[in-house]
Parts: sequence; structure tokens; C-alpha cells
Amino acid sequence: MGNLGIIFRRELASYFSTPLAYIFIVIFLITNGIFTFELGGFFLRGQADLLPFFSFHPWLYLFMVPAIAMTLWADERKTGTIELLLTLPIRLADAVLGKFLAAWALTGIALALTFPIWITVNYLGEPDNGVIVAAYLGSWFMAGGFLAIGSCMSAATKNSVIAFILTVSLCFLFVIMGSPILLEAFPDWLPQTVVDAFAAMGFLTHYDSISKGVLDIRDFLFFAVFIGAWLVASAIVIEIKKAN
Amino acid sequence: MIEITHLSKRFEQFTAVDDLSFKVVEGEVLGFLGPNGAGKSTTMKIITGFLAPSAGSVKVDGHDLADDALAAKALMGYLPEGAPSYGDMTTLDFLRFVAEVRGFKGEELVQRVSRVLAEVELESVALQKIETLSKGFKRRVGLAQAIMHDPKVLILDEPTDGLDPNQKQHVRELIKNLARDKIVIISTHILEEVSAVCTRAVIIANGKLVADGTPSELEASSQYHHAVSVRLTSDYDIAADLASVDGIAGVEVDADDAHEVRVLASGGRSIYAQISKIAQEKQWPVDELHVSRGQLEDVFKQVTAGGVSHG
Repeated sequence: MGNLGIIFRRELASYFSTPLAYIFIVIFLITNGIFTFELGGFFLRGQADLLPFFSFHPWLYLFMVPAIAMTLWADERKTGTIELLLTLPIRLADAVLGKFLAAWALTGIALALTFPIWITVNYLGEPDNGVIVAAYLGSWFMAGGFLAIGSCMSAATKNSVIAFILTVSLCFLFVIMGSPILLEAFPDWLPQTVVDAFAAMGFLTHYDSISKGVLDIRDFLFFAVFIGAWLVASAIVIEIKKAN
Repeated sequence: MIEITHLSKRFEQFTAVDDLSFKVVEGEVLGFLGPNGAGKSTTMKIITGFLAPSAGSVKVDGHDLADDALAAKALMGYLPEGAPSYGDMTTLDFLRFVAEVRGFKGEELVQRVSRVLAEVELESVALQKIETLSKGFKRRVGLAQAIMHDPKVLILDEPTDGLDPNQKQHVRELIKNLARDKIVIISTHILEEVSAVCTRAVIIANGKLVADGTPSELEASSQYHHAVSVRLTSDYDIAADLASVDGIAGVEVDADDAHEVRVLASGGRSIYAQISKIAQEKQWPVDELHVSRGQLEDVFKQVTAGGVSHG
């Protein structure tokens, strides 16, 4: 097994060797339930789809994902294990990616454990399961985007609370970038291309179309590139910051 | 062989390592000495590839850290300062992780891990989480991961810091046993440790190399080497009797006790016979007369305060 896999397994195991993973999963599931059934009016809508479930995910991730991401590198630096990790014969890329993938797998596990709601909607009606699968994937990719930002912020500081706050702020920015409220606030004299480019960077722009079943490979590509870019940034920040 | 050539590391505010060059060959146990903040840890971090130097190069067995870091890292075992390890893992899991990264698999991995567990006496805490261990055990976990792959080069940043005297002794024995055919670099500010385990000592101050030699060579470069200590029973002006004698660099009277006098030899010559003859001739009121060896501590003080270079 390559070093990527070794790091991935160690990181994932370490989530489950502390209460962190369990707390994360339980709170994720409870909050999802509240959002979907109480706020989203899952039953009242009378429609066999999971739109209310998925439409809350950006807001749920906004606080849940940075909580996982904040320790990714900040703790390594705080405890000094970064020195151990990076003097082992491991490529920095493997370390960055392995850690990211482990955290991403944890969000994936939490997301997968919402399966009862999928069963419920299939029991109650005849939803378009293709749309639901796509929406699950889109949701997971968006979580990856949040995590990649968090990885970079966590690399930038020894203090995981600061990493959390920075990550939430940046994620919030990327969530609302595509929202109409923000776009309407732009002054008229701005060229349309600027507004479009801004909107194109927003998570909601891409996530909304995925969760509604509009399957466009470009939306997934956006998240993939977004994740890649932030992970490269993480590696650069680690290189610069590890000396302090 | 480790070759360090014109190594410098500058941070924004200060220069931690300043044009440092030296070589270490197989079989040497190099004691790396210096006051706090002299650049010991920074140098070790550069050698192990954690930090990139601002200038200069480090080669480990011909592998340049700048462009062949993975090969160089594979040859080295490193105990960073403070012996960091993943606290939420058990000792066994942590060592298994390190063994996997070091490329061991299956039966060999199991054997490696159990061998280092035995070597540093960690079997009793193998299944405990590292964060629950005492300082001494944590240090040993750090040592265990460093020696996992029987590395050619072992770099230990203050390996005995925070250990009790018995544990210190144990770690020193371990280092001595490991040292055969290897390169070991130990940073420490415990000078007795250098005499006990090192075959060579390098002293740095303000990032510069100020002394380099075997511990006994360094001791010999002390101004107190071959000095004769005289303990008098009553007041007597020894300096007056020695004023015209060759080979004497000076006479020091102890600040706390005027009856304790040290006669310093010039140029490392032995002056005991001379002094004892004069003492008899002049009938010094002597209680005790003995030769003192140079102390590493004196050399350390001399070179790190004054910045004078030695042998």
C-alpha cells in the first residue's frame, strides 16, 4: 500500500479512536432530520423527492465541515507531529491528499448514514432515484469543497479555533457568491462577465442545479477543480508556515 | 556520510544557522552542543529535510536533501525535539504506522515492531494510548519510531531531556549499542552526556561552528587543562613565587575562598612537577595539591561566550 493509503487509514482511524467521528455523525444526522422534517416541510410538501433534505446541506456544512477540517494541520503543528510526519519518507502531496481524503470519507460516511430518509421517500412514493443519487454525489462534492478550504486555513494557523472561524467565513462567502441577493447588490455599471464569473464561483450555483437533478458534468468539475486548487494552496501554505 | 556545506538559515528576524560546514562519517557519534537558541534544532531540522536551508546544502550518503529528499529521509531516523507523536494512537498502532511508512509489510512489520518495543522496553505500554504515558515513556516511543528501520543515520534532538537518571543511563546505553557503523548526531546541553557517549563534539554558538573535536581534545583546549589546584592552610602569596617561572599562564584565587588557588598552565604543558618542586623549596603551607583536567563545561563557556575557535 502506498503512503497515501497509509496516511488515509491512520487519519480515518484517528477520527474514530476519539469521540469526534461519532459526535459529528450523530449531530449531522439529528440536524439533518430537524432541517428536513421541521423546517423543510418534508411531509407537507407531499412530493416524493429529497429537495428539502438536500437544500439545507450548504448551511449545515457551513458549520459542521469546518469543525472537522480545523484540526487537519493546525493540530499537527501545535503538537509538533508535523515534524515527524514530514521527515518520514512521505511526499507532501501524499500527506495533504491522504488527510483530506480521510476527512472527506468521514463526511461521506455521515452522508451515507442518512439512507433511511431515502428508504422513507421510496416507501412513500416513487421518487426519481437517479436524481437522488446525483444529489448525494453533489452534496458530497460540495462537502469536499468546504473541506479543502478548511485544509488550507488549518495549515495557516496553529490555532484550530482560528482555523474554524476563518474556514466558516470563507465558506460562507463561497456559498452566498452565487445567491441572487448578493448578485442583485452589484452595481449596474459592472460588466456582466464579472458578475457571471463571480456567480460561477458560488457553491449554490452549482449545487442547486445538481440537487434538482440537472446533471451537468461541469458542476462536478467545478468542485473537483475547486478542491484541487485549495489542496495545492494547502501544500504551499504548509511549506511556508512549517518553520514557525 | 553526512556532508554539510556552507549551510545557512535565515528567519525574518535573525540568522539561526550561519555558514555551517562539517562532515560526519560512519561510526561517529557526534554530540551537537550549544547554548539555547544557538541553532542546534534548526540545523537538525534542515538535515532531516523538515526545513529548507536559505543557502548551502546537506548531503546524506550522496543524496542531496534539495533534490533527492525522499531517498535521504529513508536513510534517516529522527527524534524531533520534545518527541512528538500522535497522542490518540496506542504505542503499538503508532509504531505500526511508522513501520508501514518505512515500507515494512506482513511478517517483517510485526517483527520490526516487536523488536523495537523490546529494545526500548515499551512492551508494558504497547496497548496504551500515547497521551496517557509518562514523559519518559513518550520519549522512548519517539526513540522507537526513530530506530524502526535500523537507520544508517540517527538524529536525536535532546534524547534524554526530561528523563530520570536511570532512564538517561538506559538511553545512553541504547545509543552506544546502536552506534556501530552508523552516524549518530545527538543534540544536548548535558555535557556529561557528551563525554559518556560521543566520539566527537561540535559546539555552535549564534549559528556558527566554534569548536570541533573529540571530547578529550576539547577538554584539552580548556584554559584549566593541566592547571594545578593548590589548597593552602594559611594566607600565602603564591603568585609572587611563580612570577619568574616559565610555562605558567596565570594564578587564579578563588573568589569565595582565598585559600583555593589555581595555577594555569600555558600552552597545555604539564606543570605539576615544577609547581610541586617550588612548593617544597619555598615551603608553601599546602594542604592539597592536584592536577585538574580540562572540563567540557569550561570549554563550552569559553567558546560560546567569546566565540574563539579551537581545534
